[in-house]
Amino acid sequence: MNRAIYRYELRQRWSSVGIWAGSLAALLLTFMALFPSFSADMAAMNQVLDNFPPEFKAVFGLNALNLATLEGYFGFCFVFCQLCLAIQAANYGLGLVSVEEDELTADFLLTRPLSRPTILTSKLLATLTSLLVTQILFWAVSLASIAMFRGEGPYEPRAIMLLLGSGVIFQLLFFSLGLMISLMVRRMHSVTPWSLGLAFGTYVIGAFSGILGDVKLEYLSPFKHFDPGKIIRDLQYDMPVLIVDVMIVVVAISVSYWLYQKRDIASPS
Amino acid sequence: MDVIQVNELTKYYGKSRGIENLSFSVLEGEIFGFIGPNGAGKSTTIRLLLSLIHPTSGLASIFGKDVTKKGPEIRSQVGYLPSEVFYYDHMHVGELLKYSASFYPGDHKERISYLAEVMELEMNRKIRDLSYGNKKKVGIVQGLLHNPTLLFLDEPTSGLDPLMQRKFFDLIREENKKGVTVFFSSHFLGEVQRLCDRVGIIREGKMVEISDIHTLQKNNYKKIGVLGRHEPASFEMPGVSNLHREGEWTQFFYSGDINQVLQRVSGFEIQDLSIGEPTLEEIFMHYYE
Repeated sequence: MNRAIYRYELRQRWSSVGIWAGSLAALLLTFMALFPSFSADMAAMNQVLDNFPPEFKAVFGLNALNLATLEGYFGFCFVFCQLCLAIQAANYGLGLVSVEEDELTADFLLTRPLSRPTILTSKLLATLTSLLVTQILFWAVSLASIAMFRGEGPYEPRAIMLLLGSGVIFQLLFFSLGLMISLMVRRMHSVTPWSLGLAFGTYVIGAFSGILGDVKLEYLSPFKHFDPGKIIRDLQYDMPVLIVDVMIVVVAISVSYWLYQKRDIASPS
Repeated sequence: MDVIQVNELTKYYGKSRGIENLSFSVLEGEIFGFIGPNGAGKSTTIRLLLSLIHPTSGLASIFGKDVTKKGPEIRSQVGYLPSEVFYYDHMHVGELLKYSASFYPGDHKERISYLAEVMELEMNRKIRDLSYGNKKKVGIVQGLLHNPTLLFLDEPTSGLDPLMQRKFFDLIREENKKGVTVFFSSHFLGEVQRLCDRVGIIREGKMVEISDIHTLQKNNYKKIGVLGRHEPASFEMPGVSNLHREGEWTQFFYSGDINQVLQRVSGFEIQDLSIGEPTLEEIFMHYYE
């Protein structure tokens, strides 16, 4: 690892980390602030929900979530946080090397006396640090908002911890897949459409598989790998799926190193 | 000793040609001019030597080390000035140079301020706010700050005004006197003529000619101009090329026994005669026809 690159890359992402963590905090606090009034009037709310078609509920994972409980309500909010976490991680992964190639500054580091693995490792660790900081802030805000708005009712802390923990693997998954995809195309002109596509695409696949009840589609969407409804019900992760996900992360990052080593850096002119 | 050795180097981008079976070598301490029009493969060659891209086939070595295997080691002794300079826009000039220097062992502060002074570069401006020429100056300082023993200059003078160009050339000559080998790519020949020891001419990905700059210039070619009335076909003889006529003014290149052409000239009533060396530019155009 090269410290100068690490520090430079980290500084590059501070404002982005601030914006993502701030948005996540605002989202969570707004949702969780509604929980006290929501749980007080649960009977009426359940009636409303019962009138929705089951397909609609399946899209938002509502068929498996009991909104009257704190963990159920938190799980419902968590789906939206998952989307944000996915977009952020995919953004960082897709942009890790492609942004420099698109802005034509890639030559600068690559003509220094550094090996490509050194450059990639430095960038990778800086980005993982940014994601770690996001996670720490996200956990803090989650736990704080629960403490503030939990009310008097009982809740299952293990479910909350499992949900938050799933966010870490979730980000690693989108980050490493993003990185690998960015190295499989010759030139990526803009990162955002790709990251939005990746995050919303897999979300929609997950939502549809909820409607169709098609098990095969479920495996294609990380959103279904860490379905809040299932985690709260089972109080554990789906182990085989978790192992596969960790393996995907390892493989995607290894493939990325390999692709980066043999990559031709496009000429500016 | 050969600093750069290139052997049958070939690069294809998919199906389109980069360079084909390029072979040449650059000696230690020389300034080697690498001449060719846009798209001939000059930048491709430099990018291959810096291992920014990987060869399709063939071998290239710098300081006797394979560029595909010992890239980082080689690059610690190499300075590179790209033809188009792109740096991190939001950085200040000083910051960027410090960042660049941090990748080479030792302290480079004095060297940076010396180079910045020579090139009249302002250190506290943002890269984003710099003109093209000023960015180029950043590139020059960045390429020289770690005292490399081999310099790659890819069309280095574009964007520099004539005064800066001269200062830049003085700087390169000064480096060269210290023993630095220079690989200088250009499509502009005047500058190469003033600076280089040898030139390689590349065209459509292939090396057309490598020769000593003086040999290339002398190569027995004379540029002959004749003013006076004579028959249109009077100079059509073996050894004459590039014949141009404009009214009574005739100009051509001649290679061969100079007496024969003088005999031919003396057969006419002429007003003026000039015999001189063709410029490199003119020789160069000759290779293109």
